[in-house]
Amino acid sequence: MVSTPHATLAPLLARHAGRANELLPLLHALQDREGYVDPAHVPAIAAALNLSRAEVHGVITFYHHFRSAPPAATVVQVCRAEACRSRGGEALVAHVEACTGAHIDGEASHGVSVESVYCLGQCALSPAVTINGELHARVGPARFDALFADAREQGGHD
Amino acid sequence: MTETSEIIRSGACRIYIPRDSAALALGADRLARAVASEAARRGIAVDIVRNGSRGLFWLEPLVEVQTPSGRIGYSNVQASQVSAMFDSGWPACATQDGERPMPATDPDGSWQAGMPACVGRVDAIPYLAKQQRLTFARIGVTDPLDPVDYEAHGGLAGLRACLALDAEAACQTVLDSGLRGRGGAAFPAGIKWRTVSRAEARQKYVVCNADEGDSGTFADRLIMESDPFVLIEGVVIAALSVGATEGIVYVRSEYPHAIAALEAAIDVARREGWLGPDVLGSGRCCELRVAKAAGAYICGEETALLESLEGKRGVVRAKPPIPALSGLFGQPTLINNVITLASVPFIFAHGAQTYREFGMGRSQGTLPVQLAGNIRRGGLVELAFGVTLRTLLDEFGGGTASGRPAKAIQVGGPLGAYLPPAQWDLPMDYEAYAAVGAVVGHGGVVVHDDTADMAGLARYAMAFCALESCGKCTPCRIGSTRGVEVIERIQRGDTSSRQVRLLHDLCETMVSGSLCAMGGMTPFPVRSALEHFPADFGLPAGAGRCEAA
Ligand SMILES: Cc1cc2nc3c(=O)[nH]c(=O)nc-3n(C[C@H](O)[C@H](O)[C@H](O)COP(=O)(O)O)c2cc1C
Ligand code: SF4
Ligand code: FES
Repeated sequence: MVSTPHATLAPLLARHAGRANELLPLLHALQDREGYVDPAHVPAIAAALNLSRAEVHGVITFYHHFRSAPPAATVVQVCRAEACRSRGGEALVAHVEACTGAHIDGEASHGVSVESVYCLGQCALSPAVTINGELHARVGPARFDALFADAREQGGHD
Repeated sequence: MTETSEIIRSGACRIYIPRDSAALALGADRLARAVASEAARRGIAVDIVRNGSRGLFWLEPLVEVQTPSGRIGYSNVQASQVSAMFDSGWPACATQDGERPMPATDPDGSWQAGMPACVGRVDAIPYLAKQQRLTFARIGVTDPLDPVDYEAHGGLAGLRACLALDAEAACQTVLDSGLRGRGGAAFPAGIKWRTVSRAEARQKYVVCNADEGDSGTFADRLIMESDPFVLIEGVVIAALSVGATEGIVYVRSEYPHAIAALEAAIDVARREGWLGPDVLGSGRCCELRVAKAAGAYICGEETALLESLEGKRGVVRAKPPIPALSGLFGQPTLINNVITLASVPFIFAHGAQTYREFGMGRSQGTLPVQLAGNIRRGGLVELAFGVTLRTLLDEFGGGTASGRPAKAIQVGGPLGAYLPPAQWDLPMDYEAYAAVGAVVGHGGVVVHDDTADMAGLARYAMAFCALESCGKCTPCRIGSTRGVEVIERIQRGDTSSRQVRLLHDLCETMVSGSLCAMGGMTPFPVRSALEHFPADFGLPAGAGRCEAA
């Protein structure tokens, strides 16, 4: 990333200044640009929106979507909800953990993290996953291996 | 057939390749690129339309070719097959003579093995032909972002009809249609509209609930990605009817494709004058924007959603006041689900009575059922209320995907009960389901085969509640964690009646002591699993019932 955090934050703070109700759009914009919401930004965000730090922190931690640390180079999300469970979703989780070495919702391993997600709207084509944000349906272990290899190749770095 | 003759004249062959996320998740973008480049390489003129999905997901990517005798479909097409398809004469669609036959499934060997199956005329596929698509009439037929296509297929007729009515008459139309909220609670939409309409305020809002968190549901997503204009039209009708000038669609962050499609459609609608300061030249104003959620299931609950729109944690508000009187920023706010609002244009265009003629009892109109989970033919099935799970499973779904016997069907999302085979002949009707402790909810139908572990699924229901609880009330926040523990003890073999009683007591406390349905309904899947599938908990027949414990 070329820009410094401050360079990203300043225009966003200006855009949403004084408007507490725009905290979510601000956080989304920040995470879209930097990949996560750095806790170091909390005081500045709180000041700009006339909120307490506790309020901003509370919102960031309430919503599963917001990350407080940079994401791994490759992020795999596996759906854990019922329709995916009915088609081997949990076996897929075990397979993904085994082949990435990363524990689901745990630390990254070799630049890969594996996360739970609860429904991707592909319940008629389960199990569903995303790899670096790209959606895939009807993912069995073999298809996962192929998709994962593709994504790692595209990502270019380990 | 004007469309067809136009293509014949231009010489280009029109090919439809969906852009709905279900098709994308199976490689539709790569496929579209392959078709375009292969056609260019061979000098064949093609006109590729990125339509929505027909909702026949097991056929995706479903490619359609416009021919003089209708749109012919090819199922599960992969980019790697495209070159061979062209080799065998595909797409032999409307050429100058208009008569070239389609390669069928392979009568004369020209359509090679390993190539996608030709499914014939798409609108004649029984799964589709047997449906009653009112709300989903245009799905997959049109280009989701083409305003001309939208109007040519009946779009805007509802909004025009609404503009001729005063607010009171418009709300009465919705009331007369019998439409009830499709988001879960099934509250009569017309009553809610009238309440907001009669409320006096400087500013009112229409909020569309597109949080669609229930597993097994994708109807909202399908509307937003495949016919976003119908939702926009529905929101504008609602806004005009209740006296609001601002609409907000709150879409879950797990749906980036839906967000993109909706935002693009809003831009088009504004450019076309369907939105903005002067809706269709009426002098009336309606603005609309998308708000992106952030991955919290509870924000589908309407008051938590409002908190989230105000920039706060999604903690449920106590009612009263009801949002219709004091909602977003304390102003009167109409909150409806995507399907509720998308059903409205049909009602205004064709009349409340026409809509009301579908359905049964107090469940009027159609329900977009979402067939999901372990099912051979999963997809969207819009039918009048009253259909049975058995019909859906066998006639539409074609049985389980695994080929094993079906065991349990969860209807209505993670807070809905598991229905055993003995209940699969019940008509889908709000009251009939309520009578057996089940819910229709948002119409999600998730099938599990006989390998399903119902104790494990009951444990999951509690764990999901623990994960997603907003934390405001103790029975939900603490009870769900205790629930996980008790079920785990039973799973480990402690099947004493004490544990079963404890689980029932816990469920009872959650049902009676929770502020919202998150804590109040999580016991539905748990208790139904326990009652109907005691063996999965290591219990003898009958031991899972509340009275038995
Ligand atoms: C835990 C919980 C989650 C909910 N999730 C949704 C949802 O994702 N989408 C939705 O439309 N309604 C959801 N609802 C129902 C809403 O609270 C509300 O009833 C609905 O948005 C009203 O619109 P309708 O009358 O058109 O159905 C949920 C309710 C609860 C208790
Ligand atoms: S039942 Fe659960 S989700 Fe609903 S208000 Fe109480 S704590 Fe929040
Ligand atoms: S349950 Fe996994 S995509 Fe819906």
